[in-house]
Amino acid sequence: MSVDIQKLENVAVQVRRDIVRMVHACQSGHPGGSLGCTDFFVALYFHVLNHKAAFNMDGKGEDLFFLSNGHISPVWYSVLARSGYFETSELATFRKINSRVQGHPATHEHLPGIRIASGSLGQGLSVGIGAALSKKLNLDTSLVFTLHGDGELQEGQIWEAAMFAPHNKVDNLIATIDVNGQQIDGSTERVLSLGNLKAKWEAFGWDVLEMNGNDMQDIIRVLELAKSKAHKGRPIAILMQTNMGHGVDFMMGSHKWHGVAPNDDQLAAALLQLESTLEDY
Amino acid sequence: MKQYTYTEKKDTRSGFGVGLLEAGKRNPNVVALCADLVGSLKMDAFIKEFPERFFQIGIAEANMIGIAAGMTIGEKIPFTGTFANFSTGRVYDQIRQSVAYSGKNVKICASHAGLTLGEDGATHQILEDIGMMKMLPGMTVINTCDFNQTKAATIAIAEYDGPVYLRFGRPVIPVFTDPDQKFEIGKAWMVNEGKDVSIFATGHMVWKAIEAGEKLAEMGIDAEIINIHTIKPLDEEAVLRSVAKTGCVVSAEEHNRLGGLGDSIAQLLVKNTPVPQEYIAVDDSFGESGTPDQLMKKYGLDSENIVAAVQRVIARKQKA
Repeated sequence: MSVDIQKLENVAVQVRRDIVRMVHACQSGHPGGSLGCTDFFVALYFHVLNHKAAFNMDGKGEDLFFLSNGHISPVWYSVLARSGYFETSELATFRKINSRVQGHPATHEHLPGIRIASGSLGQGLSVGIGAALSKKLNLDTSLVFTLHGDGELQEGQIWEAAMFAPHNKVDNLIATIDVNGQQIDGSTERVLSLGNLKAKWEAFGWDVLEMNGNDMQDIIRVLELAKSKAHKGRPIAILMQTNMGHGVDFMMGSHKWHGVAPNDDQLAAALLQLESTLEDY
Repeated sequence: MKQYTYTEKKDTRSGFGVGLLEAGKRNPNVVALCADLVGSLKMDAFIKEFPERFFQIGIAEANMIGIAAGMTIGEKIPFTGTFANFSTGRVYDQIRQSVAYSGKNVKICASHAGLTLGEDGATHQILEDIGMMKMLPGMTVINTCDFNQTKAATIAIAEYDGPVYLRFGRPVIPVFTDPDQKFEIGKAWMVNEGKDVSIFATGHMVWKAIEAGEKLAEMGIDAEIINIHTIKPLDEEAVLRSVAKTGCVVSAEEHNRLGGLGDSIAQLLVKNTPVPQEYIAVDDSFGESGTPDQLMKKYGLDSENIVAAVQRVIARKQKA
């Protein structure tokens, strides 16, 4: 399939606008990781995933995506809305009372696109493995994708799951790790260093790829490569280097914007750097 | 007092094993997961019959709950199996977020609950699990009383769509319920009709309540015994109907007195018809090593304790 990189990049700019506007409107939420992972989400939903237009909780016969680090919900919500799962106008209700667009992803509000709650970290890889095993039992050859934060790898459950998947040849699973080197209390290096992630995942038995998560061309190339490696006996891990806050210069590369909303002036400054490419919600 | 007899003793976990196999035969979507306790959970027959539908997770209970939650996406009906302690306390947050809050059709099947796990001691004897599980919105909580009821409950929960906590145990105990019973989730079972006191019992305490009922009958006390196998949702109608007749209550459970069946009943009664109630439960403590019988005696969970509680509660009723 030919890729219109420019088109994807345009969508990404609009998604970044959505993110800062959503977080500003409720004065809470997590812009840093959302902005950093925007290009990945756009590539995934607008090019890589084979997903059906109508949302079905069982997700049979289509690729599935699970967000394990649920706090970067703004980017997911924007991309889900922009790819047709629900009206973009609903993004205005983010984190507000009586909304389906909860602070962290939830299923009981029946927001199309969300198949499991996340927020408490470390659970999404196990869930992804479960969905992948279900697909195998159902003779469904479509794939399961997950996304995790690098700080999230400090949770023990991740490594339980990391051990399980290769042992059981869960080879229809592509787990991406957002390596932005930041967590709430500072750099991962300072808080609890992750060491050599490539060596760690390889030692657990995963097929490990690396990509630049803020380069659309590279994201497409590596995700396509990952898909070509599926169904070959090993689960696939992608170490995705990103800049936290990517796209808004004063938010980039700092843990300070992990969970802080911009004020009115900061919003205006951010939007100046992100000229609308689609319509604002 | 209605007569209950038994010809054999079996463990409730074996009822689970037989029920799981039957549930697997009835529905190809039933799958089983275990965290390195296949023999203890009596899953061997299911594994032999459906090897491709069994998943050995290893000693990684959090991962097991997450995988089970994920498997429901694709219409599988996962039954997870490990000890009650590792089924609840160890993985509370995983159950809370990935199963209960997400509304997933996972059956958390927990053996070796309570004191009757015995010699392994307090690290393994969970007495708080009913409380933890019943506090989760949408979670059904069941504690079965013998082999036949556990088998029937296992089959029934496979047919019910929603998260369930199924609690059973290790020791062999009398098999006294109908082998062909149809298990109705949320429907209390009238063990014995009586008029002087309502004994609401769950799990291993049901047989002890029957033993107590026989002793009470000899003393001229006509005890109504009701088995509350489903602690949540509680059969409120059955409880209120019985209490309207008897005017006093003894609750009996192999659990901490805080947060268990007794508290569910007390909460219902205080809102509707406050009456004297006595708790047969562990008095807010951990257990210890010992044989099941020694432990049940030491921690006040024997039929004699039920008899004494009935006498106390009737005296309170008469004073009121």
